[in-house]
Amino acid sequence: MNILSLSWKNIINKPLSMLLSLLLLALGTGLISILLLVTTQIEDKFEKNQAGVDLIIGAKGSPLQLVLSSMYHIDNPTGNINLNEFEAMMGTHLGRRYIKQAIPISSGDSHKGHRIIGTTQAYPTLYKAELAEGKIWENKFEVTIGSVVAERLEMKIGDTFFSAHGVGGEGDMHEDKPMTVVGIMKPTGSVIDQLLLTGVETVWSVHEEEGVPVDSANREVTAMLIFCRNKFGVLTIPNFVNKQTKMMAASPAMETARLYELTGNGVDVLRILAIIIIVVSGLSIFISLFSSLKERQYELALMRVMGATPLRLFVLVILEGLILAILGYLIGIGLSHLAMYLLETSLEESYQYDFSSSLFLNEEWYLLAGALVLGFIAALIPAIRASRTDISTTLTSNR
Amino acid sequence: MLITNNLSFTYQSANAAMTFPDINCQSGEHWLLLGQSGSGKTTLLHLLGGLLRPKNGVVRIGNTEIQNLKPAALDKFRGKNIGIIFQKPHFVTALTVEENMQLAQYLVNEKQDKNRIKSLLESLNMGHKLHAKTSELSEGEKQRVSIARALINRPEVILADEPTSALDDKNCEEVLKLLETQAKEQNAILLIVTHDNRLKDHFKNQINL
Repeated sequence: MNILSLSWKNIINKPLSMLLSLLLLALGTGLISILLLVTTQIEDKFEKNQAGVDLIIGAKGSPLQLVLSSMYHIDNPTGNINLNEFEAMMGTHLGRRYIKQAIPISSGDSHKGHRIIGTTQAYPTLYKAELAEGKIWENKFEVTIGSVVAERLEMKIGDTFFSAHGVGGEGDMHEDKPMTVVGIMKPTGSVIDQLLLTGVETVWSVHEEEGVPVDSANREVTAMLIFCRNKFGVLTIPNFVNKQTKMMAASPAMETARLYELTGNGVDVLRILAIIIIVVSGLSIFISLFSSLKERQYELALMRVMGATPLRLFVLVILEGLILAILGYLIGIGLSHLAMYLLETSLEESYQYDFSSSLFLNEEWYLLAGALVLGFIAALIPAIRASRTDISTTLTSNR
Repeated sequence: MLITNNLSFTYQSANAAMTFPDINCQSGEHWLLLGQSGSGKTTLLHLLGGLLRPKNGVVRIGNTEIQNLKPAALDKFRGKNIGIIFQKPHFVTALTVEENMQLAQYLVNEKQDKNRIKSLLESLNMGHKLHAKTSELSEGEKQRVSIARALINRPEVILADEPTSALDDKNCEEVLKLLETQAKEQNAILLIVTHDNRLKDHFKNQINL
């Protein structure tokens, strides 16, 4: 028996009166925690997947859509650009001066929900992808697949499959030319884990079979990932491309910043809502402690008779507040990680990324500190009142 | 030894000071403090138990003049040396009988001795209620447990405020007998404050207020 176990027993003795406070606190902390988990993970992945790409050049349309489709592989592709036109741009004075490297991205086909990307070997190098087994594709119709693809579709080296038209996974099959898995990459934690990579020529050949002969005049790609030599290039190239060509240049950094701004408002509203719920839960802890003190007045006086100092009664009530805060916090964090666990699959499908429910953020420690402060403040007035229990008056008036 | 000298007390709401006759109880003696309602007997009991501080005068228990103790020291002294039994027994409702007894030991930093708790309760015929919640006990049982709690730290003085007035004749007699035997066993002073005439014949030492 000690003060801590007495506080604990006081709480579980009247579980119903504390339930509301607990649930409110759990709801508030859970909501904040899940917001933190989702936004940090999305921002993390977005940042990781940018991999230093300065610009994306693709067909005219929505720059945000271009970035989402060619870099994060979420949205539909905007359309194609003619490779000759791109090379002409590269050949200009500006192109030669400012563009260091360009990696082609040719998308539009998929296999069981995972996108097939025609590109060059610079693309896996960009994400520091290493081979787990096999090799990087060399010939047409050879593919090297990401770790998640290999795991989820249970594919191994030597497997063959037919690609499907469209990125959604429900289009017609290109049933004449099977593709062969020649390599599997190690997990990188980036979008590349979710992709099947092959040469640009493979994509061209697939579509050639459909009756569209591809020659040097009409070779197309979906987008080009551009690395500039300096910041000046990042500013000048878009201006030039957007005005002088049929193509469009978009900055991943700017577009994702715009995206955060759009979704940020919603996140802010939820965050404010969560804070309001937490404040109300603090109020609820205060009220339930305060009213339980009324009932326990005689008990407290009795403890004074048995030798408890006012400080001990103060600590007793403060501990009750802190225990409630910790419990509410634990339930909230448990709920948010459980929700993340349940959301993982659907988030992965819509974002093409791994999400982790077991990740524990530093911010969640701050949340614990916040909950403890809340519990302390909510218990402060009841605790002071408990410590001032007048033994004689209470004992004579409450017979 | 429990000695008072020139004891007086004034409630904030009242003008006149209440004065009390001097008391001199030696170790092992049993006393009855008789008085009608409003005669100030509960006030005197609270003064003796260190629950109230006197306006004037001295309360000495053993070698300690308790009116001079600092608040925290008085709390500790009371928990250790004075066992108080109230008319209506109250407990910490969240705890079992055993835990209530442990709490009494814990609050004065005594070792939490489950064997002593068990044997004390058994001597009061309450051994089987060790793990019961106090709310499940009958009034007579509650009074017995509150006696056990008052005795657990082997106090020098046992103060009982109307311990029998809520009990029927049979329980009254039993509780009285228990108080006397337990006090005798520990050689403690037993001082019962009451207006219950059933007790008059039991005690030769009596103070009238």
